[in-house]
Amino acid sequence: MNHAAALPVWAQLAVAFLLVAGAGLALIGSLGLLRLRTFYQRVHAPTLGTTMGIMLVLASSMIFFTVLESRLVMHEVLIGFFMVVTTPITLMLLTRAALYRDRSEQSEEVPPAAPSYTPASEGSGAQGTASGPAAPSGPSG
Amino acid sequence: MRRPFSYPLILAGLFGTWLILNESAAPGTIILGAAAAVLAGSALAALPPPRTKLRRIGVALSLMRDVFVEIVRSNNAVAQIILAPGAGERSSGFVRIPLDTRNPAALTALACIVTATPGTIWVEYDSAESTMLLHVLDLVDEEEWVRIIKDRYETRLMEIFS
Repeated sequence: MNHAAALPVWAQLAVAFLLVAGAGLALIGSLGLLRLRTFYQRVHAPTLGTTMGIMLVLASSMIFFTVLESRLVMHEVLIGFFMVVTTPITLMLLTRAALYRDRSEQSEEVPPAAPSYTPASEGSGAQGTASGPAAPSGPSG
Repeated sequence: MRRPFSYPLILAGLFGTWLILNESAAPGTIILGAAAAVLAGSALAALPPPRTKLRRIGVALSLMRDVFVEIVRSNNAVAQIILAPGAGERSSGFVRIPLDTRNPAALTALACIVTATPGTIWVEYDSAESTMLLHVLDLVDEEEWVRIIKDRYETRLMEIFS
């Protein structure tokens, strides 16, 4: 049995449009992984799928099941909430790991660590010496 | 010892989540959900409490609306950057932004807002100097980003979490 056929036409149209638009955004985001160059640029691309992409797909799912079962389906609200709250954790973890690696390799493309904060690896002393305005940790350096 | 009802907002949130997950408001669900919320509330009360009060609900609502509009707008912008020819040649870069707030809740909210908006990512926070490092996909004017973060988000977050 095809449940989708039981929907009224307006709902079919809305569900299909939202689903394709959301999936399209996720696809563009994935394409961005391919087309952008550096790691820091690439990490921006998947956020398309995790923001508007997921919102559109969830809206489509809400309409589908709400109309099909003739009652308000709210699970998607929770999915959306948890996506918004948890996605930044992964993104920041990835970005900070990349930054840490680039700094310990003394890459030119990333800004130096703030004077008060030095990565555990040696060899980052090039920038960390002068320029401290308040110098909270004087004797340790 | 703090009681389980020290955090009424979180209790209400947990209770609501329980009802939504079960998709019912039957007496059994309500009793079980209330029990779960009180249990989780007392577990939270045993932890060191976050010293933050949420106020100015109106400001919070208007901020949420602006964030939503901004997410839609930047989705469009980032999608265009990706699809445009020469996507990799964009001048993206880091911006260090001085912050006025040190409130952990405000900082967390700011990090979530910035990272949830496509095109910008919160990279690190320096508590000694109270600055944050932001990475911007399409970086044209650094000063503009400092203004955007401070005026659009930080001032209102400081009002909300005071």
